[in-house]
Amino acid sequence: MGKRSTPEVDSGSMADIAFLLLIFFLVTTTMEQDNGIMRKLPAWEEIPDTERVVIRQKNIFTVVVNKNDQMLVEDELMELKDLRKAAMNFIDNGGGVNAEGKKCDYCNGSKDPASSDHPSKAIISLKNERETSYSAYVAIQNELGAAYTELRNREAVRLYGAGNTYTVMNTIFKDPKVKDISLKVKLEQRLNKLKKMYPQIISEAESKSN
Amino acid sequence: MGKFKKKKDGELPQASTAALPDIVFMLLFFFMTVTVMKDKSLLVENKLPAADDIEKLNRKNDRVMYIYAGKPVKGYEKYGTEAVLQLNDKIAHPSDLKQFIHSEIALRDQEIIPFMVTALKVDRDANMGLVSDIKLALRKENMLKINYLSVKPSKR
Repeated sequence: MGKRSTPEVDSGSMADIAFLLLIFFLVTTTMEQDNGIMRKLPAWEEIPDTERVVIRQKNIFTVVVNKNDQMLVEDELMELKDLRKAAMNFIDNGGGVNAEGKKCDYCNGSKDPASSDHPSKAIISLKNERETSYSAYVAIQNELGAAYTELRNREAVRLYGAGNTYTVMNTIFKDPKVKDISLKVKLEQRLNKLKKMYPQIISEAESKSN
Repeated sequence: MGKFKKKKDGELPQASTAALPDIVFMLLFFFMTVTVMKDKSLLVENKLPAADDIEKLNRKNDRVMYIYAGKPVKGYEKYGTEAVLQLNDKIAHPSDLKQFIHSEIALRDQEIIPFMVTALKVDRDANMGLVSDIKLALRKENMLKINYLSVKPSKR
């Protein structure tokens, strides 16, 4: 008996099916990524500490935002665009010594004795009201964070050469696609060193209601 | 005479479409892998504030817990015109946060809980009062890592 040859399946419509699927995924895809400002909240204490650590006024940089989103920095009205510079000047001042009695040898500030002693002692205090808008709050948090990032970037370039900024190293370190363990260990050491040089100390008071 | 027919001058051979499905499949697989299915429908307005000193947050990471806030969208006016919270698929009150955080913790493995990040997707027109309530609830539950989600400013 002669073999009957099976007819070949027509594959011409395969492209159409693939197109259909493609269009479905094209439509449902959201490419955007979540980006945001990372902060750490202070731990909650049931009974607030009665023993207050005394912090000298010169080591505190106060930022107050009112309900009309106006900003008072060190008791003076300030525009948002000037905040980053002012915060950097305050953190980088290095007028005195840190807790171990060492001077800040990497600071580029004016060494003003009336401003902060050392980056590890410089505290930024941020106060807002309940009526303050969220966009203003985030904009201020952004400027304060950027002040620290800029200082860390400057030191990173000085210590590790051009291109090795804090931002770049942090992005590589946080990237889950980078699998090189020795590189990550090296980056972590560098990042921790930079974080220790300019620790981010932003203190937020509970927002007042009127 | 000859075995080979001579091509007529000026006639182009038909382009083969056999590789078309391959190309389309390649694109298809690309989009299939990058797709993140939307799993929550937003009941609140969500225009994020602008900031440029920002870090990436991996969406497929199960360490991230989302809290939404903003004005109710059209069709949900019964919740008022002021900014409200959205937890999962429901409009909620700040007093529901405690339960929400506990349920989110229960969903995850014990060992990743200290690394959990709370992503705040809050509308730029919301006021800080609501955000302060969220922050207070998070502090009480010891969820201290927080991320204010924002977008890069379009200008500059």
